[in-house]
Order: sequence, then structure tokens, then C-alpha cells
Amino acid sequence: MRLRIAAAAALALTMTMTACVPSTSAPESTPADGGPTTGALKVWLFDEPNRAPKEAVIQEAITEFTAAHPDTTVDVQYIAVETRGERFKGAFNDPASAPDVVEFGNTDLPEYATAGGLADLGPTVSGWAEAADLTADAKASATFQGALLGMPWFVGVRALYYRTDVFTELGLKPPATIAELTTAARTVRAKKPDMFGIAVGGKYTYGAMPFVWANGGELTEIDSPAAKAGLKTYTDLIAEDNCPPQNCADLTGGKTVELFASGKAAMGVIGNFNRAAVDAGAAKGKYAVVPLPGVTAGSVAPAFAGGNNLGIMKNAQRPALAADFLTLLAGKKYQAKMYDAMGNLPTLKSASDEVAAKDTFVKPFIDTINAGTKFVPLDPGWGKIDASAVLPTMIEKVATGKASIDEATGEAAKQIDEALSQ
Amino acid sequence: MSRIRTRAPLWLLLPATVVLGGLFLYPMYQLGLLSVLDFTQAQVSGGQPTRFVGAENYTRLFSDSRFWEVLTATVLFAAACVLATLAVGAGLAVLLTRVSRIPRLLLSVAAMAAWAVPAVSGSTTWMFLFDTDLGYVNQLFGIEGFNWMYDRYTAFGLVGAVVVWASFPFVMVTLYAGIEAIPQSVLEAASLDGASTWRTFWQIMVPILRPVLAIVVIQSIIWDFKVFTQIYIMTRGGGLAGQNLTLNVYAYQQAFASSEYGRGAAIGVVMMLILLAVTLVYLRALRRSGEQL
Repeated sequence: MRLRIAAAAALALTMTMTACVPSTSAPESTPADGGPTTGALKVWLFDEPNRAPKEAVIQEAITEFTAAHPDTTVDVQYIAVETRGERFKGAFNDPASAPDVVEFGNTDLPEYATAGGLADLGPTVSGWAEAADLTADAKASATFQGALLGMPWFVGVRALYYRTDVFTELGLKPPATIAELTTAARTVRAKKPDMFGIAVGGKYTYGAMPFVWANGGELTEIDSPAAKAGLKTYTDLIAEDNCPPQNCADLTGGKTVELFASGKAAMGVIGNFNRAAVDAGAAKGKYAVVPLPGVTAGSVAPAFAGGNNLGIMKNAQRPALAADFLTLLAGKKYQAKMYDAMGNLPTLKSASDEVAAKDTFVKPFIDTINAGTKFVPLDPGWGKIDASAVLPTMIEKVATGKASIDEATGEAAKQIDEALSQ
Repeated sequence: MSRIRTRAPLWLLLPATVVLGGLFLYPMYQLGLLSVLDFTQAQVSGGQPTRFVGAENYTRLFSDSRFWEVLTATVLFAAACVLATLAVGAGLAVLLTRVSRIPRLLLSVAAMAAWAVPAVSGSTTWMFLFDTDLGYVNQLFGIEGFNWMYDRYTAFGLVGAVVVWASFPFVMVTLYAGIEAIPQSVLEAASLDGASTWRTFWQIMVPILRPVLAIVVIQSIIWDFKVFTQIYIMTRGGGLAGQNLTLNVYAYQQAFASSEYGRGAAIGVVMMLILLAVTLVYLRALRRSGEQL
């Protein structure tokens, strides 16, 4: 009797062990189309530091949605941005607990797409009139291997914030080229030694990349002469005559915003979404914004178009309802409302025109978007490049004199190639 | 009857086997298995089938010069932290036995407080203290603008100080308990024989404390070798151009944050083997010197 229990226990142990071994089976097939048209639609949106206005807009959309779709409820969960990766991985692994509609960062798309977690929105969007209004750059940022896997919901871009009072005092004009920008930055530092000309940071990838793009460089060819020229302009700014390495070599984007907001820096490459942070500091009322200039006068350095998409999970239980809710939220009406509530720039041309006409602050950002934006390579390997800090390491090595531009870009190019070829 | 009696020990071992098997052997088996698979997010969520890749994760790791740099830095950093922790802990433990009740209470409370502070809050507080422009320490010394994280060694030194600060209380308390347990008669005999304090410490106290020291040393090695939070928070994920990476942060950055679990598992296996080797060598050295643990 005792022996039998022991044998059973041992057997149970081996069974659980085999059950947990990583599966080597083929992927599961996608669920049937349509799904129930009643019941609870599960939606995941990102939590924000100040969520109340966003929640109010979403609540309005839900009221409109449930009025048009009888016997439905919309169950919205606000998930923390920092742990979104784990939540999404969990949802991909366990279809039963997966939501139907999700908000996700546009740089996260390739990772989720390769994991097979997102449904193709092609059929949904092709039957939707407003989709034609979507800007090409925005659409491209959500298209992975030919399939539209996300509906761009809003974008954020960075432009050049500068201190009007400092510029007037020193007789400087807002820079029209990158060369003028660097001269202005060094002039400020020379005349006002306790200020930085332009806040630049070694860990501020999205602040550095426009310099590379403006010179015609690309992330996937970071060791090309054009990319190196752009990078050199940026790393040269991390120097005593503008922003000393001791202070700036390890700055993140958030820290450069702080420097500008606190009045320590005369310029900064700062996003439209940072307006509240800048207005909360000493720089409030003493700054203006222009698009970050390019190499030649009148050109604009391509900005990184960060932003969030709305998507439908592949294992959504109510894909038809999900499509209706997604098109409602991503439509012009709610994009404009989201701008009013959160300052999120719309991705639909009609909505962004409307917003630009209403609020002059947005104009330089809309101009930047219209001049053409850039995006990170849509490849699952990008997540790895980002996670292993390839670009910040490259910038910091040059800024601290640990490596020459050639060495640092060569090493980074090798790592980028390796990660993207997998 | 006799058959049952011979089986009885096996029976009695079964609960321990189940617990150890479930909590220790099984995860180790899984770790080993993952390290020979191509296992990324796509495989976790069933998007792609899992593939056996043999030693590829290991060969890629060992051919990466960065890995060896980080490994060296980790070993040296951990060794320095262990020595500093033991020196501070042992010194304060001896001090505790010498001072009167009130200072002893104050010192214990202060040490316990440092011990109780979560690593995240502790690291963040130290960061505030050593902030480049606004930090109290820089203002005190009049070196505003000095970035402690700029130079590789000041950065490692500062993080090391936080690691020691958080781990010396365990050493101090354990050794204090050990010292208190030493029979007074032995110490008295030593002082009657004219032994100096220094000599009493090394030739009477340390040998008696050897088993306690063994535990403290092994614990410290394991803790300091695996340090993650302090490095990750204080150097913002590995310092300027990755100059302050340690193995655990490197594993996180290279493998888990990029969802390359196979590669992460390989780093995990390497770390485990190193720790196992260090522990075995240390235990062996103890046995050779005549102490049974």
C-alpha cells in the first residue's frame, strides 16, 4: 500500500515535469471569425500618470459604443506601462484571459507580431472610410511584413524648444540649420557659463537620431559616412563648450527635459508630450518651439515618430465587436478628443489639421510630422538592440572618449546587424 | 518486518526529496534544458515551435568578449564587496561586545534599519545623497558638479558601498552571536597567558567562529556575486557605455529584456556553476584545515 502511494507520487511528479517542458508543437490555429456580438468586450489601455482626462474620453466612447451595440459592456483595464511586456506575454500565452482590444507602443509591434499575438487589421480598416486619412508614415510604422497589425492612435514627436529670453538677450536667432544650432549652443555656454547651450544626453537615443537622419544616415547603417557625420555633430555637443560629459554623458531624455524646464539649458530636443513638464518649471512662458532644423536652411531633421497603436488580439473572443470599438476610438472624433484631454497628436490628417488650427503650440510639431518622420526598424531584433542599450553605449563611448566614432559605430553596426539578421 | 525496516529510511527521506526535487532539482533541470534550446518570446507564446540548438547558446556566450569583461568585473567587484562586508561586519561585531548597553543598542538598531531597507529604496536614497548637483555629499565637500557615476571606479566604489551597507548587518549579527557564545574561560585563559587582543582575535576567536564564518562567507559570496538591484538602479542599467555591468544585469539586459530566454538560461547555468565551484572549494579548504562542518 505504502509502496503504491510512493509510486503514484513519483508518477505524478514525472507527469507534472513533462507537462511543463517547453512545447515543441506547432502553433495553435486562430479562433473563428466574428465571435459573439453581445457580452463584455475586454479592452486594455495604458495607465498614465494623470489618467482622469483619458478615462473621461474613453467613458464617453463606451457610452456611445454600448448605445449602438445592445447587450454589450466594455470592460477597460488600465495596465501599467512598465510591466506591459509581462502582461502581453501572459495574454499571448493564455488565450482565455486575453483582452480583445489593446493599446500598445508602436516600437513594441514587431515583438508582439513575431510572437503571433496580433490580428491583421487589413479587413477591418479596408471597410472603414476614415482609414484613407491615415498618414503614410503612420501606416508604415504599424505595418509588419505586409500586414497592418495596429491602427496608429496617436503620435508624439520632438522638436527644438528654445529660451526666447536668452536668445533675445544674446541677439541670437532661432536656428535654421544644424550648424546654426551648434553655434548658438556654444555662444550661450560661452556667454552664460552656468547654462548649457543645448541639453544633450548620452542615453537620449531619440534626441540623437534626428542628427543622424538629417545627414542622410540610417539606423541599419550606423557606420556609414553620413550616419557618422550626424553622430559626430551630436557627440561634439557633449563637451565642455556646451554640455560637459561629467553632466551630460549619462543623461536620459527625461533628464534633458528637466534641464530645460529648470532653466539650466537654453535649448532641448523635447516632445510635444513634455509640454506640461516644461510649463511646470522655471522655463514656463519663456520659450518657443521650432522644428529641429536639418543640414540645409529650411529643411527639418526627421523626427522619431513615437506613439501608440490600437490593435486586436489574435485570440480575441469578440473580434467583430473589437473592430467596431477600435474604429470608434481611432476615428477623427475621438482622436481630437484625446488631443484635448492628453495632448496626443492625431494620426489622421483631418484630425491633426483641426488640432493645428485650434492650438498654435502644436504647429511646429505638425510641421515636423508633415516634413516626414522616421521609425526604428520594424524587426523583432530591434527589441534586443534597445534592451541591450546598443545606441546609448555607442554615443557614451564617443562622448567620454573611450572610443573613436569609427570604433564605436563599427561595434554598434556589428551588434545591430547581428540582432536584425536573426 | 525486516524488509519494512530497511525501507523505512527511504520513506522518511521522501518528503525532503519531494520538496528539494520540486524547489531545487526541477528548476535546475528546466534551466539546463532552456539553455540548450532556441527559446524566445515566439516560442513561449506558441508562435513558433521550440528548436534544440545544442551548445549554441554557450558557444555564442563564450565567444563574446563582452561576456568575459563583465565576468571579470563581476568576480572582482564581488570579491571586494565580500572582503569589505566581512571586515566591516566583523569589526563592528567585536565592537558590539566591547561597548556598553546604550551604544550597543543604538548600533544594533542602526544596522538593523540598514538591513531592513529594501534594496530599491536604499539605492535610490544613496543616489539622492550623491547626486551630481543637488546631492548632500557633494555640497558638504563643495564638489558640486562631480558625477560619481562618470568614472568606472568611483561608480563601482559607490555601488559597492551600498552593497556593503545593506549586507554587513547580517555578518555583524551572526558573528556577534558567535562571539557571545565563546566561553569566557577560554578568553580568560588567553589573557592570563598574555595574549594581545589582536592575537586573541586571530588565534582564539576566529578558529572557534570558523563554522559561523563559513556560513557568513558563503552567503556573502552568493549575494554579492548576484548583485542586481544596486547596479541596475544606481548606474541606470549598467553605467556609462556599460562600464558597470555585472553578470546578473548583463543577463537581464542581453537575455530577459530581449526575451532570449535560452541565452539567459545559459548565463544562469554559468553563474550557478561558478558559485557551486567557489562554495565547494571553500568547504573543501575548511575540511582540510580540520573543521567538520
